[in-house]
Formats: sequence, C-alpha cells, structure tokens
Amino acid sequence: MTAAVTLSTAQPARSGFLAFVRRHPTVAIGSALLLAIVVVSIAAPWLGTVDPISINPSQRLRDLSAEHWFGTDRFGRDLYSRVLYGGRISLIVGLSVAAMATLTGLAIGLVSGYLRAVDAVVMRVMDGMMAIPAIMLAIALIALSKASVFIVIVAVTLPEVPRVVRLVRSVVLTIREQAFIEAATAIGTSVPRILWRHLLPNALPPLIVQATYICASAVLIEAALSFLGAGTPPEIPSWGNIMAEARPYFQLKPSMVLLPGLFLAVTVLAINLVGDGLRDMLDPRLARRM
Amino acid sequence: MHVFLIRRLLAAVPVVVVVTVFVFALLHLAPGDPAAIIAGDLASPEDVAKIRAKLGLDQPLLIQFVTWIGQLLRGDLGNSIFSAHPVSELIAQRLEPTLSLTLMTLFISVLLAVPLGVIAAWRAGSWIDRGVMAFAVFGFSVPGFVIGYVLIWLFAIELGWLPVQGYTPLAKGLWPWLSNILLPSFTLALAYMALIARITRASMLETLSQDYIRTAHAKGLATENVLMGHALRNAAVPIVTVIGIGVALLIGGVVVTESVFAIPGLGRLTVDAILRRDYPVIQGIILVFSGAYVVVNLVVDMLYTVLDPRIRY
Repeated sequence: MTAAVTLSTAQPARSGFLAFVRRHPTVAIGSALLLAIVVVSIAAPWLGTVDPISINPSQRLRDLSAEHWFGTDRFGRDLYSRVLYGGRISLIVGLSVAAMATLTGLAIGLVSGYLRAVDAVVMRVMDGMMAIPAIMLAIALIALSKASVFIVIVAVTLPEVPRVVRLVRSVVLTIREQAFIEAATAIGTSVPRILWRHLLPNALPPLIVQATYICASAVLIEAALSFLGAGTPPEIPSWGNIMAEARPYFQLKPSMVLLPGLFLAVTVLAINLVGDGLRDMLDPRLARRM
Repeated sequence: MHVFLIRRLLAAVPVVVVVTVFVFALLHLAPGDPAAIIAGDLASPEDVAKIRAKLGLDQPLLIQFVTWIGQLLRGDLGNSIFSAHPVSELIAQRLEPTLSLTLMTLFISVLLAVPLGVIAAWRAGSWIDRGVMAFAVFGFSVPGFVIGYVLIWLFAIELGWLPVQGYTPLAKGLWPWLSNILLPSFTLALAYMALIARITRASMLETLSQDYIRTAHAKGLATENVLMGHALRNAAVPIVTVIGIGVALLIGGVVVTESVFAIPGLGRLTVDAILRRDYPVIQGIILVFSGAYVVVNLVVDMLYTVLDPRIRY
C-alpha cells in the first residue's frame, strides 16, 4: 500500500497519463478523436475557412483543390468551411439532447421508481412512447413547427427520455429495498432527501454512460433529420444539410456527400468509444458481460 | 398458454392507447397554429380556415378526439390534405417495397449476425472476437445514409454490379427485385447486425460458462452441437428480445434508406408528407409503424415459451 503510494507520487504526471491510455485504450482513442472534432469546430474561423454561407456563382461545383480543399457546392460555397462549421450544430445538438434527456429522465425515473402510485401510469406512457420510432416522433414534431435548432433539440430529446427513465427506475427499484434506505426512512429522512442523497449517487454511473450513448444517437438523428429535410433549417450548415444538398450530384462528385459523412461517422464513433470506455471503467461487471 | 396469450394481449392495450393519444396530441402539442403551418407562409386566411375545418380543428378538443378514434376503429386514417386520397390507401400502395426491404434486412441480419456473435463468444479474446466487436462499434456509429452512399459508390458506380437506385416489384422477376433490394438491405442491416451480434456474444458468453456446457463437451459432443444445440438454444431469449426491440431502429432506418435509394415505400411517403406538411399522412404512418412494432414484440413474447419451455406465465 505504502509502496504503491510512493510510486505514484514519485512518477511524473506524464507516466500516469500513459498508464491510463494503456489501461483504457478505447476511452483514450475516443476522447482524442472527439477532442479533435470539438477543437476543429470551435476554431473553425481560424483554420483557413471562409464564410460558410457566402455564395460565389462563378465557383460552382468545383473539385477538391488547394483553394477549396473539399471543393464547392452548387452555389459555389466552400465545402471545407461548411463542414467545419457544420460540426458545431452536431455538437450543440448532441450535448443539449444528452443533458436535457438525462435530466428529464432522471427526475421522472427517480419519482416513478420510488413512488408506487405514479409508477404504473408513468411506465405505460413510457412504453407507448418507446413504441414510436425515434425518427418518426421527431419528424411529427418538426413537421408542425417552424424549423429551428431548438425545435430539433426538443424533438430529438423527447424519444430519448423513456430510455433514461427505464434505466433510473431499474436502479431505484433494486436499491430501494436495501437496508440503508430502510434505515434512512426509519430515522425520518424525507423522500426528496432520500432520492437526492441515497438514490441519485447510485444511479449516476450508468446514467453517465447512457448520456454518452444518447449524445451519439442525437448526433445521428439530427443528421438524418436534416438529410431528410426535416431538421436544422437549410440556411444553417450542418452535416445532414450539406449531404442533402449534395445528393443530386452524388454520381458526379461523390466527395460532396462522403466527406461530411466521414466527419459525421468519426464523431459518432468517437462518442460511442468514449461511452464504451466509460462503461468499462465505471462498471467492470457489465464490461465483462458485453 | 391461452391465459398467457390473453394476458399479453391485454398488456399491449395500454401501449396502443398511449400511442394513439400521443399521435393525436402531437397536433396540439406543437407550438403555434397547426393549420397555419400546414397551409404554409403564402396561404390566405381563407385557406387556413379551410384546412382548419378539414382537419376538424375548429371543433372542441373532446369531439375531435372522439371523432378521430371512431374513424380509427373503422380503419379510417383520414384523407391526405395534398391529394385528398384516403391515407390507408396511400399506405397500402407503398407497403410492398418497405416490406421487401425490412424482411430482407431481417433475414440478412439474423443469418449473419447470430453466427458472428456465436463465433466471437466461442473464441472470446481472439482476433476474431475483437474483429466482431470492432465491427459492432463501427456498425453502430456509421450512419445508414453514409454507408448507403459508400455502397452505391463502390458496387453501383465503380464496379457497376448493381443498379444505383430504384425499386422493381417482385412480380417482375426475382433477380430484378433482388438486385434493387440488396444494397439498401445491407445498408439497413449494418446497425441491426451490430446490435444482434453484440447481444448474441454477450448472451453466449454467459451460457458457455455453465456447467452443462462442460458436461456436453466432456461426454464427447462435437463443438458445433454444443454451440448450436446447447448453448445457443439457452442463449436465445435475450437475442430474440433484441431482435424485437431493434425493429424500432429498423423502422427509423427505413425512412432514411428509402430516400437514399429512391425506393417508393413508406419512408418516401413520409419524406414527401413532411415536405408538403401533409399531417394526416404522417399520423397514419406513425400509427402503422408503431402498430408493427407492438405486434412484432408481441410475437417475440410468444416465442419465449417456444424457445424456453421453462418460461410459464
């Protein structure tokens, strides 16, 4: 024990980092990829991009070149700039949906798992919502609203909530019967306090893992919705929108569709790798099974 | 068995009720006046009023709901705003391509993913196992429409083996039908295969560590028999469950895949309906898809008792 402590303090911080990478390669690779995408999206204005929505009719449908790294689209807009800026929408939607779905699902799941009276009704509603495919539910909501990024976030969040509720509820149901909860109730702890102090900490590790998966799925669904013309407003560059606009030219110039697609795939892959890695780190028992 | 069947059917009722209420409520949950949005920006107030009357939105909420449910019970999904055709007719016309696509996908996925998962579990830790797991993460992450375009580019444009897009009905011959349906089915199958392979591996790993598997090996049974007869049989319940739940994934994928491959199915109908804001059509398709999901999962629950006779409800 003492030896281990001395060892870890004596080693420089860098070796700790390398040890982490060796022990959890998927998290390391996933985080590195994700970090790269985040940095590139945020730093887009300083990475040799031009205004992603400025139209240049004399430069329509250009091939990849030193001037236009990814070529240009049918309005002569620079695709490299559009793809980099497009990452911002994906990341905003992914993070917002993960946060909103997790918080909403957590609140409903905690209450539903702890209060028997609410449980039956809430779970039937959740079952019903899960029977509607996520994309269809989102499409129905968006078709009836004026297109905006916020509406897309709400529409993608809604179908994800039942998954969180089910997870939180299952954790609550197993923990609720344990002796320390009984003890807490016996000394007169209030229900909100039990939920907050005893149930929440136990639900947190699987919830964090679930949140990363939701983030990945939200990025995918936003892109799919935009691709179908039911997502982010067409004037905003997002990967789905860029691919949708490039569709008629696919046989002529596959790179117009494939390059934003590659960015999208790498982003989702990175988030999923982080999720898998977190799952292995936070729940070794589950990791061995999967 | 009959008791179980009836109980399971009854359990599906609240789900169907929730779906129906939800699909009805969607029209009213959305911010703003749905009639105005459906009519579009250029519509005159008279047009908006006409659409409102057509959708029955000028009636009290309760009356609207009762009317709607009454029509549904008679199999009437309403009429398209755009073409005035009954929604049920529009859906029936588009059923064949979508059914071809989903059934073919189901077939390919189960046929390939289950053996992959079995082999991965059998050779846990080997390069085959790692390969299958890497494929699973990959299949889950790469969006269907990206895969679709890569496949089109490779097999249709570069190699020229299969047609780029479109659909030929089965009535016009097996090969024309198959050649059109193959690429979209593989596109759609990828994520589904990833899901099935992963759960097959996990479930198999658990059964393979059981004592009766060691016994089967010890009494000299061939490995295939142990894997397929003893282990897979006992690992089947979670696999079949995931196949059922995954149908939701499949349905979402259908919409995207059909529009990549220009297949005139329910997915295309959905996309056209979104662009025209043809709300009754969207509602009808959601009901049909959700109904399919509920039925598939009912069948899965029935299969439990066949797969595992120990399960008695």
